[in-house]
Amino acid sequence: MSKLLSGAEIVFKCLEDQKVEHIFGYPGGAVLPIYDELKNHKSIKHILVRHEQGAGHAAEGYARSSGKPGVLLVTSGPGATNAVTALTDAYMDSVPLVCISGQVPTHLIGTDAFQEADTTGITRPCTKHNWLVKDVNDLAKTIHKAFEVATTGRPGPVLVDIPKDVQFKKGNYKFTKNTLSKKLNGRASKKVNFKDIEKLINMIKESSKPIFYTGGGVINSGPEASKLLRELVSLTGFPITSTLQGLGAYPGDDPQFLGMLGMHGTYEANNAMHDCDLMINIGARFDDRITGKVDEFSPKSKKVHIDIDPSSVGKNIKVDLAIISDVSDLLKSLIKTFKEKNKDFLNSNKQKTAKWWNQIDKWRQKKSLNFKNSDTLIKPQHAVQRLYELTKNKDTYVTTEVGQHQMWAAQHYKFDKPNRWMTSGGLGTMGYGLPAAVGVQIANPGKLVIDIAGEASVLMTMQEMSTAVQYKLPIKIFILNNEYMGMVRQWQELLHEKNYSESYTAALPDFVKLAEAYGCVGIRATKPSELDEKINEMINIDKPVIFDCVVDKNENCFPMIPSGKPHNQMLLGEQDEEEISEEGKVLV
Amino acid sequence: MTKSKSAYSEPGKVGKSEHHIIVVWVDNEAGVLARVVGLFSGRGYNIESLAVAEVDKKRHISRITIVTSGTPQVIEQIKLQLKKLIPVHKVADFSRNDPKILFRELALFKVVSAKKNQEKAKKACKKYNSIVIDKSKKSLVIQVTALRREIDKLVENLKPLGLASVSRTGAVAMTRGAEIFK
Repeated sequence: MSKLLSGAEIVFKCLEDQKVEHIFGYPGGAVLPIYDELKNHKSIKHILVRHEQGAGHAAEGYARSSGKPGVLLVTSGPGATNAVTALTDAYMDSVPLVCISGQVPTHLIGTDAFQEADTTGITRPCTKHNWLVKDVNDLAKTIHKAFEVATTGRPGPVLVDIPKDVQFKKGNYKFTKNTLSKKLNGRASKKVNFKDIEKLINMIKESSKPIFYTGGGVINSGPEASKLLRELVSLTGFPITSTLQGLGAYPGDDPQFLGMLGMHGTYEANNAMHDCDLMINIGARFDDRITGKVDEFSPKSKKVHIDIDPSSVGKNIKVDLAIISDVSDLLKSLIKTFKEKNKDFLNSNKQKTAKWWNQIDKWRQKKSLNFKNSDTLIKPQHAVQRLYELTKNKDTYVTTEVGQHQMWAAQHYKFDKPNRWMTSGGLGTMGYGLPAAVGVQIANPGKLVIDIAGEASVLMTMQEMSTAVQYKLPIKIFILNNEYMGMVRQWQELLHEKNYSESYTAALPDFVKLAEAYGCVGIRATKPSELDEKINEMINIDKPVIFDCVVDKNENCFPMIPSGKPHNQMLLGEQDEEEISEEGKVLV
Repeated sequence: MTKSKSAYSEPGKVGKSEHHIIVVWVDNEAGVLARVVGLFSGRGYNIESLAVAEVDKKRHISRITIVTSGTPQVIEQIKLQLKKLIPVHKVADFSRNDPKILFRELALFKVVSAKKNQEKAKKACKKYNSIVIDKSKKSLVIQVTALRREIDKLVENLKPLGLASVSRTGAVAMTRGAEIFK
């Protein structure tokens, strides 16, 4: 019989067997036995954050940039409740996280003990599953199962709550794999149905106005999926658009790529979605920021939905063909079958889609991402464009906060690899980007990691600069500083008669001095003429940098689907800033 | 009327609501009912009645029967979302009008009244496998098993006869014939 181990030792044995190298955490009373054990496990490095939300977002950044699950360790009560935002964020954006939380000793549960919270109750709706482990002999099995749940099917966060007495108690350890014998959150245990593939190929052959609409599922399926997607798109010659989360799966500067779609997507992408006769959704979920008004969404198209999660199918939009599968698995069989039966499809089909491409080119000529540049003020779009030009050859990792800067980053930074773009899409968590950058840099030492930020968002988790300094993580916080909660201000301008209620931040800190206070480097740019030089300066500093990029305060993010209007009636900005109808105000 | 200025789209056309009985087989573990019920409340689904009990002592399987209503799209979502829960083994969905399915609900009625009305109450319940399980001079406790709507009606009929308390289990369901739901 094997030696008995304490609960705390079992936690680390599990992490070791799961090949975990980094955990993000913050100690506290109810996890002290686990922290005590940390010193005996050299292969696992603990990153001390400054707030448990930071641990969660850092673990998300780590997971999304590496493809491995992110692990966080927090104490009971406030430790766990602070992690809730990050868990919810990971749940919405399908990021695999394993959160280990301490709990008060079992005999005190339910007594309102010090730092007690009903952690499994609170996190039930924001995790794929959670466990309260009351018996040390269940601990190993539970943690291994937790990793399995988090990483298989549609990935997501899980939580294991471990009372302090269980951490002390001795029990058996065993590495158990594949504890979930059957289904797993939508994982298709079945092979892809060949008939479905035939059907899809027929639809592809019949279509004269096709479009691929791809999402985060492609990224989550692994780098192989992005390669296969590129092959499929070039095999068919069809146009492709991507959701916010899917950026990077297909090269952003490729001529077949129409840019991002949705509320702030390009004119050509949204119009193509509206007018197409075949929409092939690969790993996206018909989110409301994409569809706008559901009744008027792409009225004339046949829709195909490929998703690993059966509950995504038919949730928002009815589709004509649904295929429940991992993206890589499906694309592999699809491409193989397609190639066998349709030699030279690209050339033979050119004629059929020529008119469609002509139309797309006409939409493209609107140049919907254009903006009026200035010699005196830095335009935020210009700043992102310059940042892109100066970093595009460096295999750069970009995170963002939430708001206008996020949309500008998505529009103007062209990604050409998966796992390089980490942004909070589903939950829209301001304060995501800075701690996420910490996690990305931990997972990718030596790489350039930039958080394209807004000054309001970044203040929500600014304390994690201290973490970056402690671990010598040279992350770059590139703040597009317009002193406003820009997206709120934009909606107030367009929808609420310019009543800028509480969207201006008076008394902002001096970000350069703030950087210095944290022990990193502060840079400020105020003029377009100095932008390039200062960006280069930032890139060349091997320390964390806060870059205060002072931009035009009044710039709005266009294009934009405003209003009670469908995809084919976008606002393009100053050129045609028309009045939004009363009806339309509801829809933004 | 001024329009609201929400950041979200207007509701689209809403389909017709139907009654369904959802049967869920789950591991009988701590919190499992909260997961199922939390899914319903969190996503805005409706629960009309709920019946739960362990049905397999050895494997610790509980059977949860939920009466709900929603558009076909919502019912489909309920099933798919339930299937995603880790402790859920299988999910069955029966339309209330499906002739192949048996539905029953058990109710206890306490009638407090004079002899004459007690007799009337017994008579009213007779059709529904009624058993008098307790009686005193002033009162009766009658057990019936029937369909939900029949019990609804009985409650109305018993009110003038001195109905003092009602306890109902919520509907449970089973397929007719030799078939079982896999």
